[in-house]
Amino acid sequence: MDWTAFALSLKLAFWTCAVLLPAAVLLARWLAFADGTRKAVVEALVMLPLVLPPTVLGYALLVGLGPQSMLGGIVRTLTGGGDVLFTFKGLLLASLLVNVPFAVQPLQRAFEAIRPNVREAAWVSGLSPWDTFRRIEWPLAWPGVVSALALVFAHTLGEFGVLLMVGGSIPGETQTLSIAIYDRVQAFRNAEAAIMSGALLAFAFVALAVVHVTARRRHG
Amino acid sequence: MAETASIQIRLTGAGPIPLDLAFETQGNELIALVGPSGSGKTTMLRAIAGLVPAAAGEIRCGTETWLDSDTGVRLSPQRRRVGFVFQDYALFPHLSARDTVAIAIADGTPSDKQSRANDWLTKVNLDGLGDRRPSQLSGGQQQRVALARALAREPRVLLLDEPFSAVDKMTRDRLKQELARLRAQLSCPILLVTHDLDEALALADRIGVLHRGRLLQLGAPDDVLLRPASPAVARLMGQTNIFDGTITAVATPAAPGKLTWAGGLLEIASTGGAQSGAAVTWMISSDAIVLHRRGRPSQGERENPVAGRVSQLTRLGEQTAVSVSIDGAAGTVLNFRLPTHAARRNDLDVGADVTLSLLSENVHVFGA
Repeated sequence: MDWTAFALSLKLAFWTCAVLLPAAVLLARWLAFADGTRKAVVEALVMLPLVLPPTVLGYALLVGLGPQSMLGGIVRTLTGGGDVLFTFKGLLLASLLVNVPFAVQPLQRAFEAIRPNVREAAWVSGLSPWDTFRRIEWPLAWPGVVSALALVFAHTLGEFGVLLMVGGSIPGETQTLSIAIYDRVQAFRNAEAAIMSGALLAFAFVALAVVHVTARRRHG
Repeated sequence: MAETASIQIRLTGAGPIPLDLAFETQGNELIALVGPSGSGKTTMLRAIAGLVPAAAGEIRCGTETWLDSDTGVRLSPQRRRVGFVFQDYALFPHLSARDTVAIAIADGTPSDKQSRANDWLTKVNLDGLGDRRPSQLSGGQQQRVALARALAREPRVLLLDEPFSAVDKMTRDRLKQELARLRAQLSCPILLVTHDLDEALALADRIGVLHRGRLLQLGAPDDVLLRPASPAVARLMGQTNIFDGTITAVATPAAPGKLTWAGGLLEIASTGGAQSGAAVTWMISSDAIVLHRRGRPSQGERENPVAGRVSQLTRLGEQTAVSVSIDGAAGTVLNFRLPTHAARRNDLDVGADVTLSLLSENVHVFGA
């Protein structure tokens, strides 16, 4: 069992959730209550990572974030300098992009399920927009938040193509568990690959079950 | 409860239904707003609450200005003290009845709010149900929670959007009685949107008739029902006996006015300002049409007797709806209702010849 790769996978899943969720909540809420062309365009953009092959997205990032590219320069500046490609930073960036639809979709559905007059009832009861969000919308959207978390976490654990393109397979830096499994198979170390696959499967299952059970308890 | 303030409302401008109306209310007056679907009743309530961004005009509540398009004043819903009961109640699905009501209480510590929320729940007869969520309450109980939440806001005006439409008849009757009782303790005006005329007549101090965003008439229930401002209002109030005629004599203190109609002459108490010779539209409510007992002429025979033949007869439980084609006036039909036992006793059926009296006091001539 490659504990280093396992830990890296967990670290990547954690940071993807932590960075993506707040932004996804804002975007999903806006999408849920907006209408018109702008909404349709943004929705299409959000869904794009779902239909693009991971290798295409990985290639685009590889080119776009290269040392010579402008985008790469911007990202380097924003993230405190240093290389982006073949580092954990690049891995995280790729993971954030591919997970956008998995985070936004369930959240958007959850906000859309809140009847407009429930929010209006909160306003006429005197609740400020922030209090309406905090006390009414957030608790009602909670099942969607849990679904988004579970999906993003599980999807990041299983992510392979785009991570391999952007991060390569550097042990301790960019070699996640799924990439480590691939390496073992390539090297005909099938027994190790089987143990790691089983562990990944078991862990993903337990994590999802815990999240769903907790969500159900909290939502009553 | 907040002190009484008069509320002046003038609304114009686009919204789901463009509005063009103005009225004022104060004290604990209950105004029922009636009108067909799409007449702007709900849009009006929402505009008063600040929920229609496109609404223009002026809303003044005491010394406060909630809306003034000319000066750009537009208070948010949070800053207008309105209590709003939505048609489907719009309760918060994740909150208990007590927490729902407590949300609308502006000041106090959390425990103070909880205890005042309990007081409101007691006032709407929900004692002991404070811990329940909306899904654990019946329709009538949910309506009471919505009402308690609206009252807990200590509103300057209470807005009720068809609050009785989603419950069964028995619950509805009970809730109406409770509202009538609760009113005595309120000091704010109530605007009640309803499509149920009986409800409006039973509860309202004044009835406002809305059509296509305009307030066609606002007046005492009897005025709106029996002396509507126009044939359009009469039709919206469910009146069907609306006819054209000619004034042949103006009413004086000494003698009744006269109206030529369907080849006969009717005596009328008032000609509504119309001069002799004027072509007018007039109406009579179905309550003011008296069926003469067949085979035994009644006192009423002397008052505007009209002969005809029953053209349609529909038994509706305890009431029977009758249509009578007037003799000598093809296509002219009078509609009225009478108790089913009276219809039976008179052996009333389609084709029967009958004589009716049109009570002169209740003949209403529309102004020009």
